[in-house]
Amino acid sequence: MTSTANPALRARRLVLHLVCIAVGAVIVVPVLFGVLGGFKDNGQLSTNPLGLPDPWAPSNYTDILASEVFWRQLGNSVLIAVTGTFIMVASAAMAAFVFARFAFRGRELLFTLFGVGLMFPFAVAILPLFVLLRGLGLLDNPLGVILPQAAFGLPITVIILRQFFRTIPGEVEEAAILDGCSPFGFFWRILLPMARPALATVSVLALVTSWNNFMLPLVVFTDQSWWTLPVGVQAFQGQYSDDTARVLAYVVLSMVPALGFYAVAERQLISGLSGSVKG
Amino acid sequence: MTRPSTVPDTRRGGPATDPPGPGTARRRGARPRPGRRRVLAAFLTPALALFLLLVIAPIVVASYASLYKWNGFGLPENFVGLDNYTRAFGDPTFRGDLWHALVLIVLSLTVQLPAALGLAMLLNQPLRGRSIYRLIFFAPYVLSEVTTAVLFNLVFSPNRGLGDSIARWLGSDAGTIFADPDTVLYAVFMIVSWKYFGLYMMLFLAARQGIPKELNEAATTDGAGPWQAFRHVTLPLLGPTIRISVFLSVIGTIQLFDMVWVLTGGGPIHASETMAVTMFQYGFRRFEVGYASAISIIMFLLSFVFALVYQRVVLRRDTEGAITNQGDNR
Repeated sequence: MTSTANPALRARRLVLHLVCIAVGAVIVVPVLFGVLGGFKDNGQLSTNPLGLPDPWAPSNYTDILASEVFWRQLGNSVLIAVTGTFIMVASAAMAAFVFARFAFRGRELLFTLFGVGLMFPFAVAILPLFVLLRGLGLLDNPLGVILPQAAFGLPITVIILRQFFRTIPGEVEEAAILDGCSPFGFFWRILLPMARPALATVSVLALVTSWNNFMLPLVVFTDQSWWTLPVGVQAFQGQYSDDTARVLAYVVLSMVPALGFYAVAERQLISGLSGSVKG
Repeated sequence: MTRPSTVPDTRRGGPATDPPGPGTARRRGARPRPGRRRVLAAFLTPALALFLLLVIAPIVVASYASLYKWNGFGLPENFVGLDNYTRAFGDPTFRGDLWHALVLIVLSLTVQLPAALGLAMLLNQPLRGRSIYRLIFFAPYVLSEVTTAVLFNLVFSPNRGLGDSIARWLGSDAGTIFADPDTVLYAVFMIVSWKYFGLYMMLFLAARQGIPKELNEAATTDGAGPWQAFRHVTLPLLGPTIRISVFLSVIGTIQLFDMVWVLTGGGPIHASETMAVTMFQYGFRRFEVGYASAISIIMFLLSFVFALVYQRVVLRRDTEGAITNQGDNR
């Protein structure tokens, strides 16, 4: 296609670009406002909310980075996301293995039960879950967030993984058995390594979901030292409601890990999302 | 997502009623083997235990608790039958919640999804830098609803916000959209769309790229204009993805919590409150756990009934229409 030759096509392209740039601006400008706003003081924010900071005041960012609170919340978020994802993917992979490659009475019924789990909104279960966790003494304990989160992530993960496990030909399994593999050996040494792309996909989905979870840590953690970033950001906003610039800096810093992760794992995330829609 | 019963079971052979067919490695599991039961149990137990204990049991408990007047401590003893439910439907706040959900769903289906579809079609064109546009449009999806909400609280904060100064510059006062009961719901919708339209765009784009080029070329050869080709070739082939997106959007709206809780807390005067926010208020702030449970069960039933009906009436076509399925899976 020689776009330069055809003025009508060029005009069309220009319009398309303008639409994209307009939409892109709607996305980027608020974030940019946050990034730049963090470098201003509140006086500057009221007189000059749109322009570049003058002078640049990095103290909002450096203060937060020097404080222990931000790093602790970041660490809590990482700990919960990583452990929860591990528990969830491990148990989901084992269940999906059984659902995909064993025939037994009640299999479809059990699988449907998991499927129905997709329709249970978190909000429906949060009250009894809270009562249950309190009874088990898991309030102010990271397991109180990790385990329910893993449980609610199971249905979609089991469905995606079962779909994938089914695509691995029976001959592979037959060969493994002939070579003396136990079911567990087949699962561990052959199936899981073959399923690496699917495992990456579901893990990325689970990490993002856990990272963004708010309601559960909000009710489980009354002890501030366990707060995750979303809870922390919300509390920070309440605490420094007069100090807009500082809150902006906090919000921006809390976005950095998510956006960095997105930059690295974009492809897995997209294939996971479109895959889960098809599943 | 969310259509387990429509997943075609390619091997719906005999369940565990052995004896095994000859030479079936795929059905190997059906072969009576010592310890097979133990293997099955060992592999299923962790997932099943988590799921039953932390997903199914709480929902059973919620439906039980919804029949009691209960503050959440000790065992529920004060049985009130369906009073909590009748109370909910008589409560102006809860009725408002239902209305807000309806408004948000209608807006999502008529504004957000079509816009996402349009952008996906746009990004499917050969356009320089489209991968950068795509990257940017989808980015808000990875930000948490809380972060997004706090950011926009500040963007629209009076005096220091961006919205405020743009509005002043334009000579109006858009800075107050979150304070005005008449506009707050639309403001919430705007922010929800900001975060989620990229997700739907991404799904549409992935599906669009799965449609074989030849189909559109054939249509063009037969004299179809771009609009006709879109209307009669692309759109039907996107059907499954569109229908699933509608589903996700409706279910997501019924459960909307984080965004509203942080943006407005449901205010001013309940004008942006959702069912989940009302439930949270009663359950965790006023300790009327029985009543709050009734609200969560209503939320569940709404999602569940919608899912069942939708699956029966709308999604079923996707397993019947061979062409759409092929287009989707290629």
